[in-house]
Amino acid sequence: MIRSLRSWSLAIALVAALGLVTGCAKKSNEIVIGEYGSLTGTTATFGISSKNGIELYLDNLNAAGGVGGTKVKVIVEDDQSKPEEAATAVNKLVDQDGVIAVLGEVASSRSMAAAPICQQSGVPMISPSSTNPKVTEIGDYIFRVCFIDPFQGQMIAKFTKEKLGFTKAAVFRDIKNDYSVGLANYFTDAYHALGGAIVADEAYSEGDQDFKAQLTVIKSKKPQVLIVPGYYTEVGLIARQAREMGLDVPMVGGDGWVSDKLIEIGQDALNGSYHVNHYWEEDPNPAIQKFVTEYKARYNAKPDGLAALAYDAAGVLTAALDRLRTEDPAAFKALLGPRNDAQKAARAKLRDRIASTKDYPGVTGRITLDAARNAVKPAVFVGIKNGKYEFVATVEP
Amino acid sequence: MQELFQQLANGIAWGSIYALIALGYTMVYGILRLINFAHGDVYMVGAFAAYYIASATGAGGARASLPMALLVLLGAMLVSALLGMLIEFFAYRPVRRSSRLTALITAIGVSLFLENAGLRLFGADPKFFPQLIPPRRITLAGGVIVTNHQITVVAVSILLMIALTLFIQRTRTGKAMRAVAFNRDAASLMGIPVNRIITITFAIGSALAAAAGVLVGLTNPKIEPLMGIMPGIKAFVAAVLGGIGSIPGAVIGGLVMGVSEYLVVGYVSSTYRDAIAFVILILVLLIRPAGLLGRNVAEKV
Repeated sequence: MIRSLRSWSLAIALVAALGLVTGCAKKSNEIVIGEYGSLTGTTATFGISSKNGIELYLDNLNAAGGVGGTKVKVIVEDDQSKPEEAATAVNKLVDQDGVIAVLGEVASSRSMAAAPICQQSGVPMISPSSTNPKVTEIGDYIFRVCFIDPFQGQMIAKFTKEKLGFTKAAVFRDIKNDYSVGLANYFTDAYHALGGAIVADEAYSEGDQDFKAQLTVIKSKKPQVLIVPGYYTEVGLIARQAREMGLDVPMVGGDGWVSDKLIEIGQDALNGSYHVNHYWEEDPNPAIQKFVTEYKARYNAKPDGLAALAYDAAGVLTAALDRLRTEDPAAFKALLGPRNDAQKAARAKLRDRIASTKDYPGVTGRITLDAARNAVKPAVFVGIKNGKYEFVATVEP
Repeated sequence: MQELFQQLANGIAWGSIYALIALGYTMVYGILRLINFAHGDVYMVGAFAAYYIASATGAGGARASLPMALLVLLGAMLVSALLGMLIEFFAYRPVRRSSRLTALITAIGVSLFLENAGLRLFGADPKFFPQLIPPRRITLAGGVIVTNHQITVVAVSILLMIALTLFIQRTRTGKAMRAVAFNRDAASLMGIPVNRIITITFAIGSALAAAAGVLVGLTNPKIEPLMGIMPGIKAFVAAVLGGIGSIPGAVIGGLVMGVSEYLVVGYVSSTYRDAIAFVILILVLLIRPAGLLGRNVAEKV
C-alpha cells in the first residue's frame, strides 16, 4: 500500500513537472516557426546553408521590428540526412513545440517523409528547395519556392543537346533518392524528344563508396557526356573514380550538386563539368549583392543556391504573415495563442495568404506560386573551370 | 572481354580489403569461438585514426610522401590494435566463461557503442580522406586501367597476409596461438599464457582491420562513423565462405566476395550489390556449412 502510494505521488509529480515544462515553452508575444534540415550526414551542407539563410533573414527582420512588432522565433531540428529522422523532427516541431509553420527540407525524399505530418496537422510547410513534383502534391498545406524537376530535367536535356552539342549521353542515377530518380526520368524523356540517345542508364545508392563497376559499364558504351542527377558527396566521388577509370567525358547535373564541398571532394576531376543552380551569386542586382555581402560577413562563406532559397522561403512565409496581420488581425493574434481550434482556423488563413504569394521579390528571382503551390522561376547553369565556378547561361521557363 | 577483365581487376582490389577484415574475424573465431561483431567498427576507427594522424602531420597535403603514408598506416594500425586489446579486456574477458550467446550479444553491444561513440566524437557528416599518395592511372595489357592506389591496396594486403602466415607458422607466439586455438585448456596446462595470447590475437586482427580502413580511405576517400557496418558484415560472410577459423580461407573468401560484387553490379544490377553477400552466405550454409577450406568438426554432445 505504502509502495503504491509512493509510486502514485511520483507519477503525479512527474505529470506536474511536464506541465510546467510545456507551459514555459510557449511565450505569447512571439511567433514560433519550425525548421528541419540535414545539419549532419551525407548532405550536411544543404542543411547548414539553409539554416544560415533562414537565420539571416529572420534576424534582419526581427532587428527591424519583426512582423508588425511581433518577433519571429525559429526552432531548428537536425534530421541527420535521413528521411525517417525528418519525420521524427517534424513530429516534434508540430506536437511538442507547437510551431505555426514549418520550413524545410532540401532533399525531396525527406520533404516527402515530413510533409504528410504538416498536412494532417494543418501546419503550412514551405520547402525552400525540394524539386520533385510529388512534394507539393501531398496536400494543400505544402509549398515550395523553387522550380520543379520536370522543368529542371528539360533544361538539362536542352543544355546538353543544344548548348554542348552532345547526342550520346549516359545517365547515372541514385536509385534510393526520389529526387535523383525523378530528375533522371524527366531528363531522359526530354533528351529523347530532342533526338538524343541514352547509351547507358546505371544506378547507385546514396552512401555508396565505390562506383567503378558501374563506371566500367558506362565507359564501354562510349557516351559523350555523363548525366549525374545526384547529390554532391557521391557526385564528387563519381567524378574522381570516372577519371581514374579513364572515362574523361564532361559531367552534367542538377541542383543536387550545389555545395561548397563539391569541388573539395571532386577536385580536378570536375573541371569541364556543368550543373544547375537557383541563382548566380555574382549577379550585379543590388538585392542579391546585399544578401551575398551580409551572408559572407556573418558566416565567412559564400551563400550557395540553397542558402538563397532558404532566405526566400523565410521571406515568403513572413510576407504572408504580415498580410494576415493587416487583413485579419484577430487571426494573427490567434497564431500567437494556444494550440486550439481558433489557431487551427488561423493557420488555414495563413495557408491562403502563402498560396496567394505573387511577385515576391526574392534573391532567387520574383516568386509567384501557381495553383499547384510551386514557384515558376528561371534556372541558372554554372560551369566548373580550374576549380572555380563560372556563369554559363540563364534559362527561362 | 576487356570490360570483364576490368571488372575482375577492380573486384580483386576491393576483395583484398574484405580479405584483410575477414582475417580478424577468422583469427578471433579460431581462438575464442566468438564472432567479434565489433570488428567492422574497429576498421572504421582505423580509418579515422589515419585521417587525424594525416591531418596532424600534414601527410595528406604539403608533406605527402611514401614514408609519411607508411607512418600514417602504422599509426592507425597501432591505435586500432590498442582499441582491440581494450575491447577484449573490458568487454570479452569478463564474459569469456559465460555462454556463447552472452559473448555474441556483448559483441553487438560493443559494435553499437563504437558506432555511436564515433557519431558523437567524429560527427555524422562524412570526412574526406586526405590524399596520402597522389592518384595515377596505369594501363595494363588489354586496355585494363587500374590506379596506383588499387595496386597499393593489393600489394599491402598480400604483404600483410604473408607476414601474418609467417608469424603464425614460424614464431613461438604463433605456435602458442595455434595451440590455444586447438585446445585452450590443454594449452593452459602446458604453460601457455592464454590471456596474453588472446590479447595478441585481438591486437593483430584489429591492426589488420585498421590497415583495411586506411586502404579504403586511399581508394574511396569518404569516411564516416557508420562505414564499418556493411564491410563488417560482408567480411564476416567472406570468413564463413572461406571456412571460419581458416586463414587462407578468409583470403579466398574476401576475394570471391569482392569479385562477385563487381560482377553483380556490372552485369546484373547495382541494387543487388549488398544482396549478393547474403545470397552467398545462404548458399554456403546450405551446401557447405564448414566453408570452402573449413573442416567439419562433429560437436560432442
